[in-house]
Amino acid sequence: MGETREILAPTTGLNGGVRSASKHDSGPKHVTGEAVYIDDIVEPYGTLHLAPGAATIAHGRITRLDLSKVRSAPGVVCVLTADDIPGANDVSPAHTHDEPVLPDGIVQFYGQPVFCVAAETREQARAATKLAEIEYEELPAILSIDDAMAQKSYVAEPHVMKRGDSASALASAPHRHAARMVIGGQDHFYLEGHISFAIPQEDGDVFIHCSTQHPSEVQHNIANVLGRPANAVTVEVRRMGGGFGGKETQSMQWAALAAIVAVKTGRPAKMRLDRDDDMIMTGKRHDFVIDYDIGFDDDGRICGADIQFAANCGFSADLSSAIADRAMFHTDNAYYLGDVEIRSYRCKTNLVSNTAFRGFGGPQGMVAIERIIDEIALTLGLDPLDVRIANYYGGEGRNITPYYMTVEDSVLPELTRDLLKSSDYRARRAEIEAFNAQSPVIKRGIAITPVKFGISFTTTFLNQAGALVHVYQDGSVHLNHGGTEMGQGLFIKVAQVVAEEFQIDLDNIKITATNTGKVPNTSATAASSGADMNGMAARNAARTIKERLVAFASNHYGVDATAIHFLPGRVRVGDKADISFAELVKMAYLGRVSLSATGYYATPKIHYDRETASGRPFYYFAYGMACSEVMIDTLTGENRVTRVDILHDVGQSLNPAIDRGQVEGGFIQGMGWLTTEELWWDDSGRIRTHAPSTYKIPACSDRPDDFRLELWSSGRNVEKTIHRSKAVGEPPLMLAISVHRAIAHAVASVAGHKIVPALDTPATPEAVLKAVARLAATSAVAVANSASATGTAGNDKVPAASGAGMVGVGAPQAGV
Amino acid sequence: MTNMRSDIRFLLGNEERRIENIDPQTTVLNYLRLDEHKCGTKEGCAEGDCGACTVVLGEVDETVPGAMRYRTVNACIQFVPTLDGKQLLTVEHLKSADGSLHPVQQAMVDTHGSQCGFCTPGFVMSLYKIWLDGGEDDRGAINDALAGNLCRCTGYGPIIEAARASGGAGINDVVEQSRRKDVADRLKGLVGEGGGLEITHPRGRYFAPRSSDKLAQILVTHPDAIILAGGTDVGLWVTKHLKRLDPIVYIGDVADLKSVEVRDGDVHIGAGATYSDAHGALGDIAADLGELVRRIGSRQIRNAGTLGGNIANGSPIGDTPPALIALGARLVLRMGDVRREIPLEDFFITYGKQDRAKGEFVEKIIVPKPAGSSQFRAWKISKRFDQDITAVLGAFAITLENGAVSDIRIAFGGMAGTPMRAKKCEAAIIGQPWTDETLNTARLALADDFKPMTDMRASGEYRMLVAQNLLTKLYIETTQPGVATRLVGKAVSHG
Repeated sequence: MGETREILAPTTGLNGGVRSASKHDSGPKHVTGEAVYIDDIVEPYGTLHLAPGAATIAHGRITRLDLSKVRSAPGVVCVLTADDIPGANDVSPAHTHDEPVLPDGIVQFYGQPVFCVAAETREQARAATKLAEIEYEELPAILSIDDAMAQKSYVAEPHVMKRGDSASALASAPHRHAARMVIGGQDHFYLEGHISFAIPQEDGDVFIHCSTQHPSEVQHNIANVLGRPANAVTVEVRRMGGGFGGKETQSMQWAALAAIVAVKTGRPAKMRLDRDDDMIMTGKRHDFVIDYDIGFDDDGRICGADIQFAANCGFSADLSSAIADRAMFHTDNAYYLGDVEIRSYRCKTNLVSNTAFRGFGGPQGMVAIERIIDEIALTLGLDPLDVRIANYYGGEGRNITPYYMTVEDSVLPELTRDLLKSSDYRARRAEIEAFNAQSPVIKRGIAITPVKFGISFTTTFLNQAGALVHVYQDGSVHLNHGGTEMGQGLFIKVAQVVAEEFQIDLDNIKITATNTGKVPNTSATAASSGADMNGMAARNAARTIKERLVAFASNHYGVDATAIHFLPGRVRVGDKADISFAELVKMAYLGRVSLSATGYYATPKIHYDRETASGRPFYYFAYGMACSEVMIDTLTGENRVTRVDILHDVGQSLNPAIDRGQVEGGFIQGMGWLTTEELWWDDSGRIRTHAPSTYKIPACSDRPDDFRLELWSSGRNVEKTIHRSKAVGEPPLMLAISVHRAIAHAVASVAGHKIVPALDTPATPEAVLKAVARLAATSAVAVANSASATGTAGNDKVPAASGAGMVGVGAPQAGV
Repeated sequence: MTNMRSDIRFLLGNEERRIENIDPQTTVLNYLRLDEHKCGTKEGCAEGDCGACTVVLGEVDETVPGAMRYRTVNACIQFVPTLDGKQLLTVEHLKSADGSLHPVQQAMVDTHGSQCGFCTPGFVMSLYKIWLDGGEDDRGAINDALAGNLCRCTGYGPIIEAARASGGAGINDVVEQSRRKDVADRLKGLVGEGGGLEITHPRGRYFAPRSSDKLAQILVTHPDAIILAGGTDVGLWVTKHLKRLDPIVYIGDVADLKSVEVRDGDVHIGAGATYSDAHGALGDIAADLGELVRRIGSRQIRNAGTLGGNIANGSPIGDTPPALIALGARLVLRMGDVRREIPLEDFFITYGKQDRAKGEFVEKIIVPKPAGSSQFRAWKISKRFDQDITAVLGAFAITLENGAVSDIRIAFGGMAGTPMRAKKCEAAIIGQPWTDETLNTARLALADDFKPMTDMRASGEYRMLVAQNLLTKLYIETTQPGVATRLVGKAVSHG
């Protein structure tokens, strides 16, 4: 069967096919509290509850581990240490063998689980963990990227991408700008913390309910930890209360501990982390230090770039190599960088091991280049948007990325044109300049930034997916695939694809929990690829069944296969019959036709040679643009976003309501990363922002009052993706870079847009005030110098601030 | 004095519960999930900061016959005995008997207001409270009602839309009013005129007296008791620090401690009055005081937490003490039948130590009405505007006469181990002309008053700089009224 016709609108007469704004399948269950999360599953009699016991130093050798009081505490049934692991003591996801379930002698970060208690109640387990007596011989701890770089402490080898001769290009560039940017990490803060619930089976097997984006990997790791084959472990995920990348690899440890206890005791074992433990013990978005040296011409066009990334990976490799790679892949964002060298260091520190987070390193690469573009604009006195446009990937000679992939599908010129019009950017920018000129304390800023995000796992073999579809005799359909539902609406989208394929209403399709016993060897639901890959796999499964039904009907009615059409709710068999889908299915069953099929999909066209850092790692790019406007308080550094205009390309949307939710939610999450969400460790390497009381994700009022979001109506994927849609999970997060740039614009107004604000992330009130103070002080010096040169006294009535080590702005205009 | 009961009586939805033999520090959330097997209410943080566990409590409104008062609270940090005499409503109670969704639930489905769904039950309950109050269209009021509910998926847009779309119970909805009267009657019948609760359980004792005289008596007998008010701090001692509290003396049922009265312009606030109870009266004293209360915690926290608790626990970053100190508030402490009144600022001795003897309790706070020409300003600086703990809080009561400062009281939170007046700074200003020069001197003097610390909320440098800049802000606002100086807080809403 060939490529289906392209559908530009929902199919008339079909309820819940592709392109319809179908509601999230779990919506009614979410709002009534009836949706079952793992902690809501009725517990079998005898269920044990687990709690981890944490290390209290960042790096050291355990010299005494006395758990006798823990073992004798009320309700305690067993206590696990590294000695109790039956198979391999390893839950590293990328076969780096550097991440133990429980450490064997050496503690590598403050808060690392050292032992695990299983007790009759969760309260008893948690209380018992406090009774451990542990002594350490402390070892030197590396707690910063700078220290790791100085000591060449890496979790993986440095990596380089290179095109042309960047050194010569920089040397001959008309203008040159070098600086350093520090980019903070981010906690996922999924509302449901990590949880695993293991139920022992016969033969020493185990069934695990696990909040994971990667059931197959949990299965394989747990089998390895138990010293059993993969077929001894079944992992099931009905839904997660959020994932965002945080449940791609970080579930392993908790699933492993629950599985070990279940097998050891023969009792069900549940490990649900307390929020504080979750934030202390599981990895986050990597923080980065980026050093760059950029050469550019009078129009702001980049002709040479030398960019060095140093990523804080924490104590183990986890997915850091791929994440740091993706930062490199997105160093360019939407721009042709000329002759370029990108170096990346993967720093090993004595901190929790960082991991996947929506964007997977891409955001860090992009936030840097967007700051660079602004700095070029500021240096030349240009509107940053014009510098962006001047640097967009273009035609021949300007369409090759630093990893030698040709950009063939850019829609940014059209998106820019449309957003410029709908946001009224030029006029608003002028109006903001006028406002700032007369407002001494409150300053406003505005910025437009584009997103070009590569879609596919850059580890090519991961780009495969499987599905399983059963049609029962009554025409109802059971749908299963390897993707997991974490709230993003994957299940409904894939169900819509199947509904469309069979031309049956969505409510005939039962969406079922992801289960390694149904679809094996799946990839993580990650890299925004869930709907692209599982949608395609499910369609292929449905098509297999459909082909059998067509063959059956053709034979049964004596009608040519080409005359058989699946129409909404019915099947037309030439002029011989017009029957319901269910009737045809029943007949096919009686005619001994198999009504169950698997489907499989592997993303075409992609290849990448990491040795030479070249190839086509991405099937296509997703694009979007945002215009953000902000206000800052130059006395306190407080800031808020007042208006956002977004135009985002989702191709031809599978479900515009779900896609809008992804764009909107991704934007706000990105805004949080770049503004209020600050991770803070003390000098002992202990994270002190380990709960929502201290770690501040956006709240309701942080959503700008004026929020204008449109899915780009001209969007269409040039590649043959599922119904020509585009991936939408990660790309919108990076639209929020416009917020950071708008804040920088407001900050720059303090010095008349003459000095680079050098704003790092997150732009907390403290970071903004520091930037404002630095600019005010620098420009005050400049004013004073020019004033003394002309012999006139400055009328600057700035009250001299005396913040130790920090120059205060103290409202330069106060008293004017 | 009527005898105290030992069984906890309340309505779970419309079902009566009489509970005996429960560990008094069992949280409402654990009770719902583990004992009642009602798992719709979720644990997101177990510290009252995410709102996934939001439930609605209904209480008889003693001021209006047959009426009920409803409020949202975080079930994760409320203890079960505090439910006594109340109706507990959870997400399971909203659907109609015929299976149809409640208007707020339907609106959430229709607007695509849930993604992962884990925060959703909590949002539904906050929306339900809006609905009970007749609905809300104003974005600011919706923000306030939802500030205590975190969502990591949606970006809030669809939920705000749902709040607007779900409408509300009609004020004159006869069926709804009669339902409420029925509940009020049942609750009255359930608890009767008893003298409160006294629970003795192997894991701890719990007292919930109904009068301050009885409270005073219990505290004299049990001077080491943990005094529990809203539980927004004490709750965390249990959920995060795994402490045993024994005995607990709960003051939330002490009727005469819950009053908020205006006497000769001064506001007298009982130690058991919640922030929500006191919000209106404090906002009437000064707009900035109302705005400050609006930004304390979240709606759920303000519905439980008390001004008395905020003061009594002595936190260096409590939001109300600096403002109240600047306003010259006084504290009434009581032990047995003996009362003493002290300036609030004298209550805070040093970090972790307050001027409260064993067996003594804070009975009320008296906030004087500012003198006619005095101007009050307060600014709370935190990483996030809503529901955040303060990095620096500056509060100023300034009186200007003929361009000079005749009086000023300045107090800061987050700058020292206790909420504290900036006395050197005050001295540098009082009697001086209110000019750039005085401002400069005052800014410098502030550095002699405080040596703020660095922690996860802010560096010591930032704290000092902001504190100085707040002086500048005060200066600008009191001398150049046309200049825009604020990103939030121009409009003060009560609630």
